[in-house]
Amino acid sequence: MTEKRVDLLVIGAGPAGLAAAIAAKETGIDSLLVLEREKDPGGILRQCIHNGFGLHRFKEELTGPEYADRDIARAMELHIPIRCGTTVLSVSSGRKVTCVSPSEGLQIYQAGAVILAMGCRERPRGALCTPGTRCAGIYSAGTAQRFVNLEGLMPGKRVVILGSGDIGLIMARRMTLQGAEVLACVEIMPYSSGLNRNIVQCLQDYSIPLYLNHTVTEIRGRERLEGITISQVDENRKPIPGTDISFDCDTLLLSCGLIPENELSLGAGVRLSPATSGPVVNENFETSVPGVFACGNVLHVHDLVDHVSRESALAGKAAAEYIRSGAAGAETIQVTDGDGVRGTVPQMIHRNASADIDLMFRPAGVYRSSAAVVRCGGEEILRKKAMIYTPGEMAVLTLKAELLQRLPDSVLTVSIERTE
Amino acid sequence: MEKVITCINCPVGCRMTVMLSDAGDVLSVSGNTCPRGDKYARQECMLPLRVITAVLPVPGSPTPLSVKTASPVPKDAIPEVMRELSRVRPVLPVHAGDVIVKNILDTGADIVATRSLL
Ligand SMILES: Cc1cc2nc3c(=O)[nH]c(=O)nc-3n(C[C@H](O)[C@H](O)[C@H](O)COP(=O)(O)OP(=O)(O)OC[C@H]3O[C@@H](n4cnc5c(N)ncnc54)[C@H](O)[C@@H]3O)c2cc1C
Ligand code: SF4
Repeated sequence: MTEKRVDLLVIGAGPAGLAAAIAAKETGIDSLLVLEREKDPGGILRQCIHNGFGLHRFKEELTGPEYADRDIARAMELHIPIRCGTTVLSVSSGRKVTCVSPSEGLQIYQAGAVILAMGCRERPRGALCTPGTRCAGIYSAGTAQRFVNLEGLMPGKRVVILGSGDIGLIMARRMTLQGAEVLACVEIMPYSSGLNRNIVQCLQDYSIPLYLNHTVTEIRGRERLEGITISQVDENRKPIPGTDISFDCDTLLLSCGLIPENELSLGAGVRLSPATSGPVVNENFETSVPGVFACGNVLHVHDLVDHVSRESALAGKAAAEYIRSGAAGAETIQVTDGDGVRGTVPQMIHRNASADIDLMFRPAGVYRSSAAVVRCGGEEILRKKAMIYTPGEMAVLTLKAELLQRLPDSVLTVSIERTE
Repeated sequence: MEKVITCINCPVGCRMTVMLSDAGDVLSVSGNTCPRGDKYARQECMLPLRVITAVLPVPGSPTPLSVKTASPVPKDAIPEVMRELSRVRPVLPVHAGDVIVKNILDTGADIVATRSLL
């Protein structure tokens, strides 16, 4: 099979892939190609029809499709080729990309640089160990979102939602508005990982009860789901006997977290971080494999698409720079998670980095009146106070470039400390 | 009368207590950490507003049309707006931004398409 050459190959045409491709093209990379599995670009935003996107970037509240359309329009303007209906099967460590599409069959590209932008996937039911029979009527919240918003199908009439992440909350409202009855939203933790805004506008507005410290302990039904039982849990998240509440429902939606789509990354030999489940990257969003970059939800799960776009534009610029000037040399600073912090990105930094660097991470719990602190060789080099840090919101600390040159040590530790 | 309202403007999520007169006027707001909470609590008590989004089936299209109210409408109007929308059948082709229903139920808000269906 003949191999085609391309300077930059972007995998995925969600907000991450689009922003990366646009940024690279704007810096003068003309030989580029975006490959997308679905029949249209836009990624998961196509099914997120609710509003609230783009407040940071565009200073207005857009729906998901409207946000995606702005990037798609810009990509068209720049004549960036986006090949839809094309699934990437593998990426080699030498940046050979194999893909397949119904119209062109199997194709191989040798790319100067590759940007991984495949997004994330939902934790499947298997990963949750929910007990009970395997009947129809149990969906991940994102699958239900796709059914309702893109295919016009209603998954059921009487619904319980397990997990109070934002997608579950959004779906509680959507199912209600489209005519279903949502009986409860059930959360095993003592707090919801969703935004307050969504708790108020998706549950409270429709009088849907939120059961914190509860989980599903029984699933009933043969062919189709007929009912579930939930129970309160103790501090070890074990069900407490005698606290059962039973619901008659035909649908259970699972909203239990997202994980980066990392099959292609693994195949490319990219080193993954156990904390983010995405690739380990440096401040240029370059992975452990030279010339292979990662951005968006494939790198670490974001809650705001605005951050995805910003990070991905940086990745696109860095990939363009790699294509022009080659590798940037070895990183010398390592970033690690301290107390209260999970999954800081980037994990590696070049000491001679010329631009400020955003350190992004998830708080491991809810911390009130606390400060995020960066330490190096026992010295505190950065501190940012906040009234609250919660796992539901990615936190960002900006590290000034001039600070890097005079770091006393080669390891940075990010942690959250209470200030009282 | 007393009303408890959670502020949605930032992750702190202050729980605020609003004292209302018998006539429904706001007498006081407490529990907010910053002025944004006060403003939000008053708005929520006087006239809570929401943008509604929905999907409508389109004859001849396997994909439904996603729409929104072009501006926020009173929260109480949501059920009626949805009922009204369930009778609307947009006609192909639709372009993002097209007005599907003008001034729905006299709320002052148009229903506009948020995607194109060609
Ligand atoms: C179900 C769901 C609902 C969400 N709802 C919200 C929300 O309401 N608000 C919010 O701010 N964020 C939401 N998010 C987070 C949202 O994903 C991000 O804000 C943003 O869309 C991430 O952009 P991305 O480009 O990294 O990933 P995506 O938007 O997921 O795009 C990845 C693209 O890569 C393509 N792809 C994957 N693998 C391959 C392959 N092998 N070959 C070719 N193409 C491939 C996919 O088809 C997809 O189009 C949601 C996420 C999910 C999963
Ligand atoms: S009152 Fe101020 S601090 Fe409290 S949640 Fe609202 S915006 Fe945040």
